[in-house]
Amino acid sequence: MMFTGMFHEAWSAMGANRLRTALTMLGMVIGVGAVVLMMAIGQGAQNAVKESIDSMGSNLFVVLSGSSMTGGVRSGSGNAPSLTTADAEAIGELPGIAASAPTHMGMAQLVHGSLNWNTTVYGVTPSYLDVRSWPIVAGDNFTESDLRSATRVALIGQSAAENLFAGEDPVGKTLRIGQAPFQILGVLGRKGQSLDGRDQDDLLIVPLTTAQRKLFGTPFQGSVRSIMVRVERAEVMPQVEIAINALLRQRHHLREGQENDFSVRDLTAIAESAAETTRVMSLLLGAIASVSLIVGGIGIMNIMLVSVTERTREIGIRMAIGAREIDVLTQFLLEAILISIAGCLIGLMLGVGSAVLIHLSTGVPIVISGSSAIVAFLVAAATGIFFGYYPARKAARLDPIEALRYQ
Amino acid sequence: MRDTPVITIRHLYKDYPTPAGSFPVLKDVNLSIYPGEFVAIMGPSGSGKSTFMNILGCLDRPTSGDYELSGKNIARLDKDATAKLRGQTLGFVFQGFNLLPRMSLEDNVALPLVYSDVPKTERQTRARQLLDKVGLAQYAASLPSRISGGQQQRVAIARALVNRPGLILADEPTGNLDSHTSEEIMTLFTSLNREGITIILVTHEPDIALHAGRQVRFRDGVIVQDMPTGCNHEEELAGAAP
Ligand SMILES: Nc1ncnc2c1ncn2[C@@H]1O[C@H](COP(=O)(O)OP(=O)(O)OP(=O)(O)O)[C@@H](O)[C@H]1O
Ligand SMILES: [Mg+2]
Repeated sequence: MMFTGMFHEAWSAMGANRLRTALTMLGMVIGVGAVVLMMAIGQGAQNAVKESIDSMGSNLFVVLSGSSMTGGVRSGSGNAPSLTTADAEAIGELPGIAASAPTHMGMAQLVHGSLNWNTTVYGVTPSYLDVRSWPIVAGDNFTESDLRSATRVALIGQSAAENLFAGEDPVGKTLRIGQAPFQILGVLGRKGQSLDGRDQDDLLIVPLTTAQRKLFGTPFQGSVRSIMVRVERAEVMPQVEIAINALLRQRHHLREGQENDFSVRDLTAIAESAAETTRVMSLLLGAIASVSLIVGGIGIMNIMLVSVTERTREIGIRMAIGAREIDVLTQFLLEAILISIAGCLIGLMLGVGSAVLIHLSTGVPIVISGSSAIVAFLVAAATGIFFGYYPARKAARLDPIEALRYQ
Repeated sequence: MRDTPVITIRHLYKDYPTPAGSFPVLKDVNLSIYPGEFVAIMGPSGSGKSTFMNILGCLDRPTSGDYELSGKNIARLDKDATAKLRGQTLGFVFQGFNLLPRMSLEDNVALPLVYSDVPKTERQTRARQLLDKVGLAQYAASLPSRISGGQQQRVAIARALVNRPGLILADEPTGNLDSHTSEEIMTLFTSLNREGITIILVTHEPDIALHAGRQVRFRDGVIVQDMPTGCNHEEELAGAAP
């Protein structure tokens, strides 16, 4: 039997009972729509995580000071001052280290003209931007001499700049922290959200010495809150971690059996586990959505079985005028496939539409990829074949004389 | 009768399984039908006429015995081959017309061509030709429900003819029609027979059977009479009595 003829017939059979065809399709529409929506959201989440991993910089350790023990009471990481600028320099000398940057930070209220803004102020060395692979988009970095003389200069993040300068170019302007004026040397590039959802662009960067001496003070000279370390290659991360631990224990005169007064965290590993979590989450979402696709497929099978029974006489007539088994089989199979593909196309549009709607109304990140559309299409065709085959075979195997007798 | 037969039936048996055991419907039927014949099959209700026709039409298979159609032994053919015979070697006309209700008359007539891979344009021309031949060209685009029973039967005959078969099988084609319409259908069959098409039809009515050249009478699954039309009517009844 010729394909165009069959296509036409399948189409007119679908048109013969529109409501039923539409309801059968609805199963596929919901199934495919759910899969597409879940894939868009899952992919979006994965992408967001990947972006923040990329923005963080790769092969990073962060060394935090603390925790200290005072009479059995342990404070949290970063609370007990134990790290120093000298520690950071010593770590920088270790083999396999690309850069190390001590950081001393705190919160401060920034004021510029009539606007004011509360943000985190990081005191760092000029190499910090290098460690974090963070470009300056306007102006310049501060220098070693700023660091030596603890000058009041600053680099500003995009979000902080927007809030404080409202569209003006901040470079060269002066803002105040308390009564002290700070000159803006440069504006940082946009980084977006961090893994924990913080806005990485809401910050002010000043020379480490300025933060230590003029803004937040230190418990003792040269003390810092944390040290960022960038390793040259991912493969040497484990050795470097051991080396940093050993170096700091020695520098802090810790005896055998005494707990570390610092902690080394592999940011890359943390990021990877976050990525893994979102991957598993989106797989799970997809799996749940696939269940509705299967339910849709069973709906098709159900209706096709009813349709075969209803059209038994028609099948008998077709066989009496020369239809072979394969002709009847393809006719019903084609009908099932057409229903599932049409349902798939509508579901695709619905899924994409609702993903976009969710994105616009809640800001949840989404990714709509061509591959997910192709996958949905193939799945729909496969569902049609899989669930349409049994009813179609049932029709094809009918005995012509029995079928003709059917009332 | 010197031609080779289109149909040769030898020792044909057909049993139907029933809960009380198998029930014989055809018992040792032997018959040869030659090209160009017009045969009427008669007999009381339940005598096995339809069962016999369905076997002739390759819709059903005999329990035992031989059936040769155009020199091919049907028992040895697979399902696809019998489907092809149904579509191309013979045309079947039913008592209940059996047109597909959702299709236009033209599409109904063209449907057998779809199964024998004839291209669409040729399907259309041939279907129109045949509708024209049975006098229904103006209804080509209508649905079967729009026309009368006699007209539907004409369309069914057009459909049976569309693959240019040499043989038409008709099981009580006039059974659902009034006598006037029946006459028209029989006139159509007669003219087809004149064109050389072999026709076998089942009927209950002696008037209808008069159109045929040969009458075969069944009773209880056996052929009790086989004679050319035109013999004495009394003789015929006498011969048919048990
Ligand atoms: N599928 C079947 N199963 C069992 N018995 C059947 C079946 N089909 C027909 N029969 C029986 O076979 C016998 C012959 O039936 P058939 O339909 O061939 O008769 P017929 O001569 O065509 O009768 P009518 O003139 O009423 O059409 C009947 O007794 C019928 O009950
Ligand atoms: Mg009958």
